[in-house]
Amino acid sequence: MTEQKYPIGQYPNLPPPKNSVGVVAWLRDSLFSNWFNTLLTILAIYIVIKTIPGLLDWAFFSADWVGTSRDDCSREGACWVFINVWFDQLMYGRFPEDQVWRIQASYIIAIAAAIPLFIPAVSRKIKTALALFLLVLFPIICFYLYYGGSFGLEVVETTLWGGLFLTLVIAVTGIVMSLPLGILLALGRRSNMPVVKSVCIVFIEFWRGIPLITVLFMASVMFPLFVPEELSPDKLIRALIGVTLFSSAYMAEVVRGGLQAIPKGQYEAAAALGLNYWKSMLLIILPQALKMVIPGIVNTFIGLFKDTTLVLIIGLFDLLGMAQLAATNPNWLGFSIEGYVFAALGFFVFCFTMSRYSQSLERRLNTGHRN
Amino acid sequence: MSEQKLINAPAKPPFWRDPEKRALVFQAIFLAFVLFIGYSLVRNTMANLEAQGIASGFGFLSTNTGFAIAESLIEYDESSTYLQSFFVGLSNTILVSVIGIFFATILGFIMGIARLSKNWLVSRLAAIYVDTLRNIPLLLQIFFWYFAVLRQLPNPKQAYEYFGVVFLSIRGLFGPKPIYEDGFGWIVAAVILSIVAIFVLYRWAKKRQEDTGERFPVLWTSIALIIGLPLLATVITGFPLSWEIPELKGFNFRGGLVLTPEFSALVFALSIYTSSFIAEIVRSGILSVDKGQTEAAYSLGLKPSWTTRLVIVPQALRVIIPPLTSQYLNLTKNSSLAAAIAYPDLVAVFAGTALNQVGQAVEIMGMTLAVYLFLSLFISFIMNWYNSKMALIER
Repeated sequence: MTEQKYPIGQYPNLPPPKNSVGVVAWLRDSLFSNWFNTLLTILAIYIVIKTIPGLLDWAFFSADWVGTSRDDCSREGACWVFINVWFDQLMYGRFPEDQVWRIQASYIIAIAAAIPLFIPAVSRKIKTALALFLLVLFPIICFYLYYGGSFGLEVVETTLWGGLFLTLVIAVTGIVMSLPLGILLALGRRSNMPVVKSVCIVFIEFWRGIPLITVLFMASVMFPLFVPEELSPDKLIRALIGVTLFSSAYMAEVVRGGLQAIPKGQYEAAAALGLNYWKSMLLIILPQALKMVIPGIVNTFIGLFKDTTLVLIIGLFDLLGMAQLAATNPNWLGFSIEGYVFAALGFFVFCFTMSRYSQSLERRLNTGHRN
Repeated sequence: MSEQKLINAPAKPPFWRDPEKRALVFQAIFLAFVLFIGYSLVRNTMANLEAQGIASGFGFLSTNTGFAIAESLIEYDESSTYLQSFFVGLSNTILVSVIGIFFATILGFIMGIARLSKNWLVSRLAAIYVDTLRNIPLLLQIFFWYFAVLRQLPNPKQAYEYFGVVFLSIRGLFGPKPIYEDGFGWIVAAVILSIVAIFVLYRWAKKRQEDTGERFPVLWTSIALIIGLPLLATVITGFPLSWEIPELKGFNFRGGLVLTPEFSALVFALSIYTSSFIAEIVRSGILSVDKGQTEAAYSLGLKPSWTTRLVIVPQALRVIIPPLTSQYLNLTKNSSLAAAIAYPDLVAVFAGTALNQVGQAVEIMGMTLAVYLFLSLFISFIMNWYNSKMALIER
C-alpha cells in the first residue's frame, strides 16, 4: 500500500465512508440519531415485543378453527368456531337460507358491472352505459331480488334482513339517493335567489348540526307522526330516509366545495355561449366540479358506511348488530371479542380499500386545478 | 331618425323571459311548496297526536320523573322533575365532550407528530394506529372497550388494588375523594393568584424582550409560582384537606371518587377514534409549511426548538384549526352514542328514558335537537373567532 500522489485537482472520487451508506447508515439515521431518538426506538421495540407475539398467538397459533359448538373451543386462543357457526347470520342476517342465492346473485351482477369501470382500456360509451345501469336499473333489480313478491320470488320481509348485507343496503342506498339531493342542495345554496338560498342553508346546517343517532330516533319515533297513519312505512325504509337526508347535507357541502373551486370564467363562458342555467350547470360546471370532488364523495361514503352501525340502536341488525346478537346468545357467551374482531375486520377491509382508492383518485384527478 | 332610436333601445323582453321576474315567480312557487310540506307535516302530526291521545306542550317538564340516573354532576333523585333530568343529561354530555376533546387533542397531536418522525419504527407504529382506528366504526370501538375490556374486569371482591387507595373492578375505578375543610378557600385563592401573576409576568417579559432584547425565564418562574404559592398556602393553613378512601361494603365500593365503566369506555373510544382523525389533520398541517420556512429560520440563526415554536407551529395552526373544529363538533355529536352503553347522556336520558315515559316525541326531540344545534353553533363560533385571530393578515 503506497500512498499515491495525484496532481492537484485530479484526485479520483472516493467511495463514501462505510458508515454513511447501507443498513448501518439507515439504522443510524432513522433509529439511533440521538439519545431521544434511541429512547423512542427502544420504547417502540418494547411495545412491538409486548403486543405482537401475544396477538399472533391469540389469533392464530393457539386458536380453535374447526368445530360446531362451544365445546370445540378448548384452547387458550381465539375461538373462530364461533364465527364459523354464525357466519351466514353475520353475512345475511336472518334471510331464509334457501333464498340467500338472491343476495349472492346481486353481488355478482354488481361486481361484474363494476369491474370494467376500473379498466382504462374499456371505451367511454360502455363505461357510461354500465354506470347508468348500476345507478338506475340495478337498484330496481335489487329491490325485486331482495324483497321479492313478483317474478315467482317469495316475499322476504325487511325484518329478516341483516348482517353485512344490511350494512351494504343502507350505505349504498344512502349514498346513491343522497348524491342527487346533495347536488340540488349545493346548487340551491349558491343560488342568487334569497328564498331558495336561505331554505337550503337552513336545511343543510340543521342536518349537519345534529347527531345521526337523533336522526334515527326521529325516524323511529317522530316519522310515524309526520305522515298519515295508513302511509307509515316499515322500519328499514324510515331509517333509509333518515340516513339519506342526513348524508345529503354532507354531500351538499362536498359538492359546494367543488362548485367554489370552478373559476368564475367558466360560468361567464357558459353564459356567453347563451346556455341557460340548467344547461350551463349540467354541461359545463357540474362535470368539472363533480370530477374534482370524487375523493370527497368517497370519504363521505366511508363515513356513512361506518355510521350504518348506528341502526343497531333502533333495532336493525347490521354486521355489528349481528355480532352483538351472536355474542349475547346464551350458548355462545364469552366470545364477544371474536365477534368484534371479525366485524372490525369487515369494516376495516371496506373502509381501508375505499380510502386508498380515494387517495389514488386524488393524485390522478389532480390535473392542475391545485398546485 | 326615430327608427334609429328604436334599434338602439334594448328590446324589452316579455315578462316570462325576464330573469328577474322569472326568479320571483320561481321563488314564490318554491316557497309555497316548502310551506305546503311544512303545513302538511304539522297537520298530520296534530291529527296523529290527537288520535293517539298524546298531550302536547311543555307542562310535563315540571312533573316528577320517577326514574333514577346512575351518574350525575348535579343533584338528582327519583322525585326530581323532567327538566332536572334534562339538565343532568346535558351536563353529562358536556362533561364527556370536554374530556374527550381534551384527550383526543393531546393524543392526536402526539400521533400526528409521531407519523412525521424520522424514526422509522415510530412513524410506522403511528401510521398503523391511525389507519386502523380511523377505519373501524366508533360504535364498534365503544362496544369493544365496554363489553370486551371493562366488563371483563373482576368483581369488587377480587378488585385490583393499587397502594390501598385505588380499586379497579367491573364497577369502575374507585379512588380517594378530596374532602374540603375550613381554609381550603385560601388554597383556591392562591391558585388563582398564581395564574394572574403568571399572566402579568408573561406580558411584562414579552414587553421587556421587545424593548431590550433580554429574555426572562418565564417557564421556570411560572412553574415555581403555580406549585409554590398553593403549597405555601397549604402549609400556612395547616393542610385543610383530607381524603375519603373507598371501602368495600357488600357487593360494591362505597365512598370515594368513581369513574364508571360506561363513562370510561365512552371517553376512551371517543378520544382514541377522534385522535386518529386529528393526527391526520396535524400531519397535513405541518407538511403544508414550506421547507423554505425552516431553512430561512435556520439562516436567521434560530435554533431548531425555536424554529418549531416560532415559525412552523403558528403557520401550521392556520391550516389545522378549521378541520380541527369540525372534529370537535363530530366528537360532541358522537358522544350521543352513549345511549348504546347506557351512559346517561342527553340522548339516553331525555330522548330515551324520558321520551318512553312521556311519549311527547315532538317536544322532547325538539329540545334535544336544539341543544345539539346550539352546541354546534357555539363551538364553531369560538373556533371561527380563534381562526380569525390566527389568520394571515394579507397585504
